[in-house]
Amino acid sequence: MLIDLFKNRTTPLLNIYFTAGFPQLDSMPKVLKTLEEAGVDMVEIGMPYSDPLSDGPTIQKSSEIAIRNGITTDLIFEQLSESSSKIPKVMMGYFNAVYQYGVEKFCKNCQKNNIEGVILPDLPIPVYLEKYKVIFEQYGITPIFLITPETSEERIRYIDDCSSTFIYAVSSSSTTGKGTGIKSAEAYLERLQAMQLKNPILVGFNISTKEDFDFATQYAAGGIIGSAFIKSINETQDLEKDIQLFIQSIRPKI
Amino acid sequence: MKENYNVNQEGFYGEYGGAFVPEMLYPNVEELQKSYLGIIQSADFQEELNQLLQDYVGRPTPLYFAKRLSEHYGAKIYLKREDLCHTGAHKINNALGQILLAKRLNKTRIIAETGAGQHGVATATACALMGIECCIFMGAKDIERQAPNVARMKMLGAEIVPVHSGSKTLKDATNEAIRDWINNPVDTHYIIGSVVGPHPYPDMVARFQAIISKEIKKQIDGNPTHIIACIGGGSNAIGAFYHYLEEQNVQLIGVEAAGLGIETGQTAATLALGTQGIIHACMTTLLQTIDGQIIEPYSISAGLDYPGVGPQHAHLHKTKRVHYASVTDKEAIKAAHFLSRTEGIIPALESSHALAYLDKMEIKSTDKIVINLSGRGDKDLETLIKTLP
Ligand SMILES: Cc1ncc(COP(=O)(O)O)c(C=O)c1O
Repeated sequence: MLIDLFKNRTTPLLNIYFTAGFPQLDSMPKVLKTLEEAGVDMVEIGMPYSDPLSDGPTIQKSSEIAIRNGITTDLIFEQLSESSSKIPKVMMGYFNAVYQYGVEKFCKNCQKNNIEGVILPDLPIPVYLEKYKVIFEQYGITPIFLITPETSEERIRYIDDCSSTFIYAVSSSSTTGKGTGIKSAEAYLERLQAMQLKNPILVGFNISTKEDFDFATQYAAGGIIGSAFIKSINETQDLEKDIQLFIQSIRPKI
Repeated sequence: MKENYNVNQEGFYGEYGGAFVPEMLYPNVEELQKSYLGIIQSADFQEELNQLLQDYVGRPTPLYFAKRLSEHYGAKIYLKREDLCHTGAHKINNALGQILLAKRLNKTRIIAETGAGQHGVATATACALMGIECCIFMGAKDIERQAPNVARMKMLGAEIVPVHSGSKTLKDATNEAIRDWINNPVDTHYIIGSVVGPHPYPDMVARFQAIISKEIKKQIDGNPTHIIACIGGGSNAIGAFYHYLEEQNVQLIGVEAAGLGIETGQTAATLALGTQGIIHACMTTLLQTIDGQIIEPYSISAGLDYPGVGPQHAHLHKTKRVHYASVTDKEAIKAAHFLSRTEGIIPALESSHALAYLDKMEIKSTDKIVINLSGRGDKDLETLIKTLP
C-alpha cells in the first residue's frame, strides 16, 4: 500500500515513470517485474496520449510508439491483470483518455488491478471535486495533484488539503525531459520543505542521475524519474539488463 | 428558459469549454481569467484598439453587395469584406486586441500557432507594430503549402519554428505553442488564433472578432435572412454571428471542411463526425478514436485543417442555434474560381468553403444572405493555379 510505503520508509523513495506499450506492446509485465526486483519502490504507469501537451520529445516519442504498437486503455488493464508484480502503482495520463473510457469504469478497473492513485495533470481540481471525487472515493482511488515553482503558497496549501497520499512537485516550470538542472530548484524545494505540508512530496522532472536524485530527496520523501528512464530503454536489445543497469546507476546495490 | 449562448462564470458554454490545463499553465491561465474582462472593457484599451482598427486595419470593412453573384443565385448576396483588412484576413482583429492585452500584462515575448499563416502574419504584424519579440509555430506541411505567408512573417521579423510532430499541421503547431508557454510561463503571452483553447480564450477571441457582426448590423438594412461563415476553430464565424445570436429569425450557418468527403476519413468536419472530449485544454467536440486519441484531420485548406472546434460552436450545434454543414475540397475550389471570375475577388480557400455553401442551400428571391469573406486568396494562388478550369 502506498500509505505504508510512505509511513515506513527509511530511505528516499524511488518512483519510476514508464510508458505502457513501450518499447514493445507487451513490455509492461516485464518492466514491472524487473523494476520491482531492482528495488524500485513504486511506479507510475503512463497511459500514452496522441497529444501530450506537458511532455517533451522523449515521452512524446515513447507515447507515439506505444500507440503505434496498438496500446489501448483496455489492453493496459488486461496486461496489469496478468502481471504478478506487487509493486505499488499509480497511473498517469491525460484526462481525455479517462473521460472517453468512462471515469467510473476506469476507477473500477484501477481498483481491480491494485492501482491506488491516479495522476491527471489536466483535470482541474474544481472539476474533480464537483464531478469525480465521489467516484474516485467509491473505488478507493486517490488523485495526485501537481505543484510547480510558480504555484502560489496559498494554492499549495489548498492542494495539500485536497490530497491524501502524496503531492507531485514538479521541479521546474517546464515540459518533461527539459533537463534544466535540479540544482536550480533548490530555493523552491527548501520553501516546500519549510511549509511542513500534511502530505509527503515526491519531486519529479530534471532527475536523471544519482546525483540529481540524492539532491532532490534531501528535501522530499522521494523522487520520480521519467524521461531519463525512457531514454535508457529507447533502443534496448535487452530490456531487463538495461533496466537493471539504469536502476543500479541511481541506487547502487550495497 | 431562454438559452444562454455565451460563456458562464466558470468558463463553460453548457457542457463545453473550461480550462483543462496542467498545473504548469495554471498561473498563466488564471492571470488571464482574472484580468481579461477588466482590461478589454477599460476605456483606454477600447480607445487604443478602436483607433488601430480604424487607421491601421482599415475598419470598418465594407459590406459589399455582390451584384453579379446575386443575379446568379437570384437573391441578395452581400460579402463582408474581411479580406480587405490589413494583412488580408480577420485574424488581425484578434491579434491586435491580444497584443494590447499582453502589453498591459507586461509580457515581453509573444508566441502563436498558425495554420494558413494568416494568424501568424497578423501576430507578427502586431508584434512589429509594438516592438515585441515574436515566435510563430507552424506545421512543416503548412510551411510548404502557405509559402507566401511564411515569407511575410520573415519580413516582419518573426522567428518561425517548424513543427514536425503528428500531421505537421495546425493541431501540432498548437501543441508546440502550448509547450513553449509551459516552458516560458512568466514573460510570454500566447496569442491563440481562434476561439479555441482554455477559458478565457474562446470568449476573449470572440469578443475581439465580434466587431464583424457589430459592423454588419450598422451596414445592412434590417436583418439578413442568413449569415454564412467557414469554421476552422470558428473565430470568423463567431465574429459574424455574435450580435445575431439572440435574433432567431436570422439563420446562422457554419461551414466545415469536408476534405475529400466526410465518409472518406480524409476530413476536418469536426461537428459532423466528432465526439465530446478535450483538445488543447478545452472540452468540446473533436475527431478522436474511442480510446480518446486525436485523429489527424485533412483539408486542402490549412486554416480549416483542425480536429477540434471552439466550445461555443459545440454548444451552438447542440442547442441547434446554428446550422453546421460541410463542403469538400473540390466544391471550395470551384467556389474560389467562380467568385474570382464573377466579382473580381480572389477568396482564401477557407472562405471559399462558406461561398460554396450557396450551391447547397435552397435560395428564395427574398433572401438576404451575408457571407463572411474571412480572407483573401493570395496565399493560396499556388494551390489554386493548378486547378484553373
Ligand atoms: C482566411 C481564413 N479564414 C478562416 C480561417 C479559419 O479560422 P477561424 O475558423 O478561426 O475563423 C483562417 C485560419 O487560418 C483563415 O486564414
